[in-house]
Amino acid sequence: MKVVILGCGRSGASLALQLASLGHQVTVIERNPESLNRLGKNYPCRIVLGSGLDLDTLEKADVGDCHVFFAMTRGDNTNIMAAQIVKRNFGVERVAVKVADPLRAEAYRKLGLFTINAAALLAGMCRDWMSGEEFKPIDQYNIDGVEVEL
Amino acid sequence: MSMYIVVVGGGNVGLQLTKRLIGRGHEVLMLEKDGRQAQKLGNLIGESHIMQGDGCDILVQKAAGFKRADIVVSVTGEDEDNLICCQLAKEVWDVKRVVARVNDPSHEDVFREIGIDDTVSATGIIFSLIDQQINSDELIPVGHLHKGHVEIVESFLSERSRLVGRAVREISLPQGSFIVYLFREGNGMAVNGDTTFQPGDMVVAMVPTARAEELRSVFSDVNQ
Repeated sequence: MKVVILGCGRSGASLALQLASLGHQVTVIERNPESLNRLGKNYPCRIVLGSGLDLDTLEKADVGDCHVFFAMTRGDNTNIMAAQIVKRNFGVERVAVKVADPLRAEAYRKLGLFTINAAALLAGMCRDWMSGEEFKPIDQYNIDGVEVEL
Repeated sequence: MSMYIVVVGGGNVGLQLTKRLIGRGHEVLMLEKDGRQAQKLGNLIGESHIMQGDGCDILVQKAAGFKRADIVVSVTGEDEDNLICCQLAKEVWDVKRVVARVNDPSHEDVFREIGIDDTVSATGIIFSLIDQQINSDELIPVGHLHKGHVEIVESFLSERSRLVGRAVREISLPQGSFIVYLFREGNGMAVNGDTTFQPGDMVVAMVPTARAEELRSVFSDVNQ
């Protein structure tokens, strides 16, 4: 599949390497050239330098042609905004968004984005690993579980 | 009508806006992420008008009273923050009117698509002043009076504006409207009949909402 990954931090880079090794056609968008070191010596993917909020950069990465888009920078707001641009302006249907703040992740989940909250995911998996339970589908880990009264 | 307005982003834009809104008798709370900047602002506009916190954090929004806010204005230097702040204000807190500053003009469509009705792009305004191809006849809404029947608007005058070189007394304005104030080279000044407009002036006017279109054409550029 054609995949575009925004952000070459730790999670974005590992995702790029894993998907490329499965034979997917991966493009990584990253602002900071130094972050590309995480991809090793021979990048197994295409690189587009620039901001994921910049429409020209997204165009250059051929976002309109991709099957899946991942927003994986460390900025929640950047990820959420990029995801919405990619969905609305480029018509990409499968968009996954990393959101560190559980409340924001939940709010945007309700608005129809597939948000992934790493803290909740990690905690839930640790919990099940400790109790020797089988791992569940991602949706069941992805929610913080702490309801905050608004 | 006094409103409760939350201004997110304590930079220069946020500060000037907050000062003016307070001057208009509104209840205004400013949110600033940076502790030191928040303290500085507290000294300038009074501690009761400032709260330190991230305007995109839902818990901060709760503490700031987004729920009862009439307007949320997000004017940070980052478009993603302004977008998410306004979007959460609308969707989570049901704020009726949200205004976002757009720093990158190419994002204006994105904001509109996502449902942020009011955007203000300083870059766009300044660009339109410089670029002669573009007409800078936009009236920027600043506020409302009398339940929305009267609008307060601002307009930057380009070199080609019909007002440039003319004195206030020579200009016929739509019924019920008048020019109240002028910003020139960063300084505010009162307006009288002899005041003559120059390119780059920012004019503040009051106009009955129904006549805003007429006022727009008065302010507009020549050869349109």
